Formats: sequence, structure tokens, C-alpha cells
Amino acid sequence: MVDVPLGHVGTAPEADSGDIELYHPHSWVTKYVFSQDAKIIAIQYSLTALTVGLIALVLSWLMRLQLGFPGVFSFIDANAYYQFITMHGMMMVVYVLTALFLGGFGNYLIPLMIGARDMVFPYVNMLSFWVYLLAVLILVASFFTPGGPTGAGWTLYPPQAILSGTPGGQDWGIILMLVSLMVFIIGFTMGGLNYVVTVLQARARGMTLMRMPLTVWGIFTASFMALLAFPALFVGAVMMLFDRALGTSFFMPAIVEMGQVLERSGGSPLLFQHLFWFFGHPEVYIVALPAFGIVSDLISTHARRNIFGYRMMVWALLAIGALSFVVWAHHMYVSGMNPYFGFFFATTTLIIAIPTAIKVYNWVLTLWRGDIHLNVPMLFALAFIVTFVNGGLTGLFLGNVVVDVPLSDTMFVVAHFHMVMGVAPILVIFGAIYHWYPKVTGRMLNDALGKLHFWVTFLGAYAIFFPMHYLGLMGVPRRYHEIGDMAFVPASAHTLNAFITIVALIVGVVQLVFVFNLFWSLRSGKPAGGNPWRATTLEWQTPETPPPHGNWGKDMPVVYRWAYDYSVPGAADDFLPQNQPSAQPVQGTAHG
Amino acid sequence: MAEQAFSSLETDRADSSGLRSIAADFSSDRTAFRNVSWGKAMMWIFLLSDTFVFSSFLIAYMTARMSTTVPWPNASEVFALTIGGVTLPLILIAIMTFVLISSSGTMAMAVNFAYRRERRKTAALMLATALLGASFVGMQAFEWTKLIHEGVRPWGNPWGAAQFGSTFFMITGFHGTHVTFGVIFLLIIARKVWRGDFDQERRGFFTSRKGRYEAVEIMGLYWHFVDLVWVFIFAFFYLW
Repeated sequence: MVDVPLGHVGTAPEADSGDIELYHPHSWVTKYVFSQDAKIIAIQYSLTALTVGLIALVLSWLMRLQLGFPGVFSFIDANAYYQFITMHGMMMVVYVLTALFLGGFGNYLIPLMIGARDMVFPYVNMLSFWVYLLAVLILVASFFTPGGPTGAGWTLYPPQAILSGTPGGQDWGIILMLVSLMVFIIGFTMGGLNYVVTVLQARARGMTLMRMPLTVWGIFTASFMALLAFPALFVGAVMMLFDRALGTSFFMPAIVEMGQVLERSGGSPLLFQHLFWFFGHPEVYIVALPAFGIVSDLISTHARRNIFGYRMMVWALLAIGALSFVVWAHHMYVSGMNPYFGFFFATTTLIIAIPTAIKVYNWVLTLWRGDIHLNVPMLFALAFIVTFVNGGLTGLFLGNVVVDVPLSDTMFVVAHFHMVMGVAPILVIFGAIYHWYPKVTGRMLNDALGKLHFWVTFLGAYAIFFPMHYLGLMGVPRRYHEIGDMAFVPASAHTLNAFITIVALIVGVVQLVFVFNLFWSLRSGKPAGGNPWRATTLEWQTPETPPPHGNWGKDMPVVYRWAYDYSVPGAADDFLPQNQPSAQPVQGTAHG
Repeated sequence: MAEQAFSSLETDRADSSGLRSIAADFSSDRTAFRNVSWGKAMMWIFLLSDTFVFSSFLIAYMTARMSTTVPWPNASEVFALTIGGVTLPLILIAIMTFVLISSSGTMAMAVNFAYRRERRKTAALMLATALLGASFVGMQAFEWTKLIHEGVRPWGNPWGAAQFGSTFFMITGFHGTHVTFGVIFLLIIARKVWRGDFDQERRGFFTSRKGRYEAVEIMGLYWHFVDLVWVFIFAFFYLW
């Protein structure tokens, strides 16, 4: 790690910084590589996560090629197909979405939005990123080991995950996957403690919890949930690693493999499923809650209207967070667990619809009679609402035991969770990047390229996932390398699969436009100024853009109001920043 | 929502008591927990997270014990020692538990002396705590060795369900690792106290932040937590 020479360390004056003792880097390496500044760490997290996202995107192409044109691509055999599925799922859920929302947006936005100079433990925060990077490298390394990565499916269910019939099961694949997850959890814990403590204990003067922007509420709640949910996955990973490496039988019942009785007995495969989903279901909301928060702020800013029912929005976030810990077994209706469990978990699952509906109604009511600017962030935010409602409605089907049983393990499930926790959060991530890129770089992303990116991604996502519902209702199973000639699968299903594949390729290519836009606008984008969206939250009121080390210059911001004073009658600028004392607007845009 | 004077935020906080004061703290600006330092808040939340780790381990152990098809070995026979011709069930575990609980006592005294800024007494008590912790780990190593000699392995044992050895090594190993890390950090902080780092506000080697005597208390939180976890492991693994 970095050696911090004591002589070169300076601190900000006490009066300015309150409790914080800011670490000031004095070399290029401590400024940009082993940086303790949350903003740099956020960019490191985001770029790493986006890179993993591109890998996972290519994996999804390979899967779609096989499904759309079975047998045409000889290098995608059954083993490779399952490896692609597994790595695509695990990468997207854990290493992209979780890392991007909490490590990326969390690091950048929490200190800026609550008016702090940095996270409370910058050194631990830096370690968090490097441990995350290590986890990513371990995971990617499994592509280059004998036997390749694990092909157990992203849920890694034992006993098949560690048997020789599964790719990577008796090779390095599953071991590297489990170790990588454990390392990721350790790294996340370092970051998560930072995010939670920073929000609780390091806010600016005047920044009460109920004045925080919903983005911060979403990231805060999700971080706290992650600290309680990841331990279950950690324990499950440790136990499965022992099953694989030491020959224990935590998850292994008496079992016959290829005609041979293995020396295992008495373990419970269901136990792993419970541990996995005790993590896995909160994980859905760990991804969704930051998206909820961010989208609330995007809608409010770009519709120039205060968020409808702010307090209820906060309570709904907390209610969803709490409820998500008591619904996990709705992923296990067909696992063979006690059927009475199904009744309980179906009930709790459907109760979540109430706080979720509160949020959707409040978004729509925020838009009602708003001054809606259809710019790129707003388009993505609107697309999120539609997509999330779509995905949520199919959730009602799958939450009910009797409806879930016939739909289990069909493409309907794939369509459901891709709409609700794949496409919907990704749309928010894109919207958020278009929204905050000007703050991070000082330049706007190109609008025309952005609109192209939006429309192809949005319409393409529907062209991909809507037909999957139909395939699922016909009974087309998921996780099949080849459907072949099954009597109940009509020829039209194959045509539909080919169509989905072609759209997926197009949507994938358009993401390259987005990547190009990110790099091109860095130099050639329109200069943004300090507050291009005329937004109220603190991060837009920094003295310089991009915000310098320590964020606020000499004077810490003082907060006088909530984050949603838009279209204020009488205000010349139509909005009042959170740090503006009276309704008298300042001259022109606050900090041009 | 808008434009609330700060003075009212402050008085809300000062004038109330009990539940009201909790509500007042949470509705105030800057901090949700009044007079709680960042380090202490972080340790409490980390311990909450760690509680979930140990709960998962213990619940997994109980599930394994209930779902296994073979009888579970009898703990009072397995964990018995023959000393001077007398077989005493659970005698080693009793001593280990006594040692660890005693170390919580010395730790609490160390915290007390730390706030009185009596650095030599503090350091001595922390050292005593570390020694007790180290002897706990030593006795655990002795117990592991004895069981391994008797044929207990992660994948099986002579007396019954294979999961007995697996859960035993996993859970006591994980707890022992926690104690070991605790001992290491106790020694580091004891050295800093002894040297007077916290009196001179000397900066940390990695974090470059000023050290404070509160570090002793935060260390104490962790140590008491590890003790508390042991009580549950003792109850569920050895007494059940």
C-alpha cells in the first residue's frame, strides 16, 4: 500500500473542517492512483464497474447468439453457454450494479450532497476500491484457468455447483468465484461503513436527515442493507468453499455422481438457498433503492417541480428496505421447502407492492403539471418509471405461489428480473451519468449522441424483453443451451429468439456510442458551468467545477432548506439552492 | 420545510429527554448520534454487520445439526479431559470461557484508566487483556490438536455426524481468528498508549490522523463483542 510520509501531511484548519482532518496528497500517485479523495475513488469504482459491464455485455451477446442461432457458432458448446450465463449474471448483479451505485455514485454524491469535505475514513475508503479491484481480477482470472469459469448459474446452487458435471465445478472456476465474492464483501464492508457513518455523522450545518436529497437516502438505505445482507452470502461462500476444497458436507446430501457414491452425507442443499437468498433478495433492493433515490432527484430537477410527498418517499424507502429482509424464500417456491413457508413469503412479498406503489404514484404526481424538460437525463428517468412498473407487475405474477409454480424456470422469469433489476437500474445509471457528468468533468455530454443512445437502448430493451414474457408463457425454459424440437415449442418461438438476438446485438453496439460520448465529451463537450441544470442540491453549488479536493474551498456550506425548491413563486431563477438563506435570489446563476 | 433557524434546531436537541431526545437527535443537523465520534459509530455498525455473520454461522450450524441423518456426537464426552485419573467434562472449555470473560474485565478497566489518561496502567491492562486473549487462542489450539489426534476431520469423525467436525472447525476457527486479530490490535494500541501517542496527538502511520484515547474504548467495544459471541458459541455448541 501507499507509504504516507509523515512530513508531507498537512491538514485543513480545524475551524473549517470540523471533525475532519483532511489528508492532502502531494504526489501524482497519491492524488490519482492511491487516492483518498472520495471523488477520485468514485471515478475509479465507476470505470472499473463499467469495464466489467462491457465484459458482461459481450457474454450476453454470446448467449443470445447461441439461443437465436443454435448450432451456428460451434465454439459455444453447452459448457461455454453455462459459463457465459453464470459470469454474466454474477458480474452484472454484484460487480457492476452494486459497485456502481454504492461505490461509484455513493462515493461521489454522498459527501457533496450532504456538504462534507470527504468520507469520514478516506484511507479505508481507498482500501475499499483496491480490494474491489482485487475481487474483479480474481473473478476475471477464472476465464484463464484450466476448465474455465464456473458454469453453476449465478445462484451457484449446490450440490451441482461443485460436482464434476458442471463446468468449473471440480476445477478452479467455482473456487475463484467464491473467493472473489468473499473478497468483494470485505471490500464492500469497508466502503459501506464509510457511506453509512458519513451520512449519519458528517452532514453540513443545517442538513437534517429530512432535508437530504432522496439520492442520499436511497444510497444510505441500500448501504445499510448491504452491510446486513452480504454476511449471509459470505457465510454461504465460506461453507461452499469448504465443501469444495476440504470435503465437508454442509450442502452435500448423500449423492451418486456418474454411478459413484460420493463420500458425502447429511448436508442440506436448501440451507445454501436460504443463505443465498437472504442476501439475494435484499440485493435486488440494494440495487433498486439508489435507483429510486436518483430518479426522484432527476424527475424533480428536470420537471422543475418539488418532489411530491417527500416524507412518504423517505418512509417508503425505509419500509421497502426493512420488508426486503423477510421475503427471500419467494425465490424458492419450487425448491421443496415447507409449503407453509410459501404462504408466508407470498404475503410479505405482495405487501412490498404498497410502499413501491407509493413511490411510483409520487413520481407521477411530481411530473403532473410539471415543466418537463425532455433532455437526456429526463428521458432515462421517464423510461425507468415505465420499465419499473412493467417489471413490478410481472412481479405480482411471480410472487404468488400458484402462478409462480408453472412460470418457474421459464423465460418469463428472465424477462421479469431483467426488466425490474436489469434494465430499470441501468436506465437510471445512464440518466445519472448524463446528469452528473457535467459536474464530474465540467463539460456536457453530447446531446444528439445521448438521444440516439437513449432511444435505441430504451426501445431495444423492450424489443428484447417483451417477447421473452411471451416465450415464457408458452413454456420455453430458461437456462437451456438448446431448446431443440420440443412439441410444445412452436417454430415461431425460434423466429422470435432470432429476432431478440439481433436486437440485442444492436443495443449492445449502441452502448459503444455511449462509451465514445464519454471520452469525446471529455475534451470536446460543451463547457457546462457550475450548475447547468439549475439544480438545488449542494453538489451543484461548489465554488469550482469539477469540485476541488476538499469540495468547498474555504467556507463550508450551510443548509437552509430542503432539496426541492423548484418553481418558487417570485424567485428570479425559479429555484432556490439548499444553501441559500432567504427567498431573495442571488444574481444570475450562483456560480457560473 | 424551508428556512428553519438553526437556534431552534439546537434547542430541540437540548431540552428533551428519553424517546423525545432520540427523536430530537435524529431530526437535528450534522449528526444523528450526538457526541458519538466517527470511529465509534463505525465500530458499532461494523459489529452489527459482524453479528449477522456469526448469526448466519450459528443458524447454519443448527440447521446442519437438525437435518443430519446420523446422531450428533455427545459434546460433554468429546470435550472432556482426563486430569489425574478423573474425567472432567467440558473442563477446558470452562477454563477458556473464564479466561475470555476475565479479559473483558481487564479491558473495561483499561478503558477506565484511558479516560483518566493514566497511560502506564492503561497499557499494562491492555497487555493483560492481550495475554488472556492469546492464552485463549493457545488453549483453542490445544483443543484442536487433541481432537485432530482423536481423528476429528472437517469431513468426518469417529463418533457420528460428519458435520460435527466441519462446523466445529469453521465456527471456532472463525471466532479464534477474531480473537487473534483482537490481540494484534490490542498490542498495537497498547504500544501507542505506552509511548504516549495519544497525549502528543501523534499521527497514525497509514491514516495520518491524530490518535485519541478513544481508540482504547473502540478497541474495547470489539473485544467485548468477541466475548459475547463466545458466550453464544459456548451455549449452542458445547452445552447443547
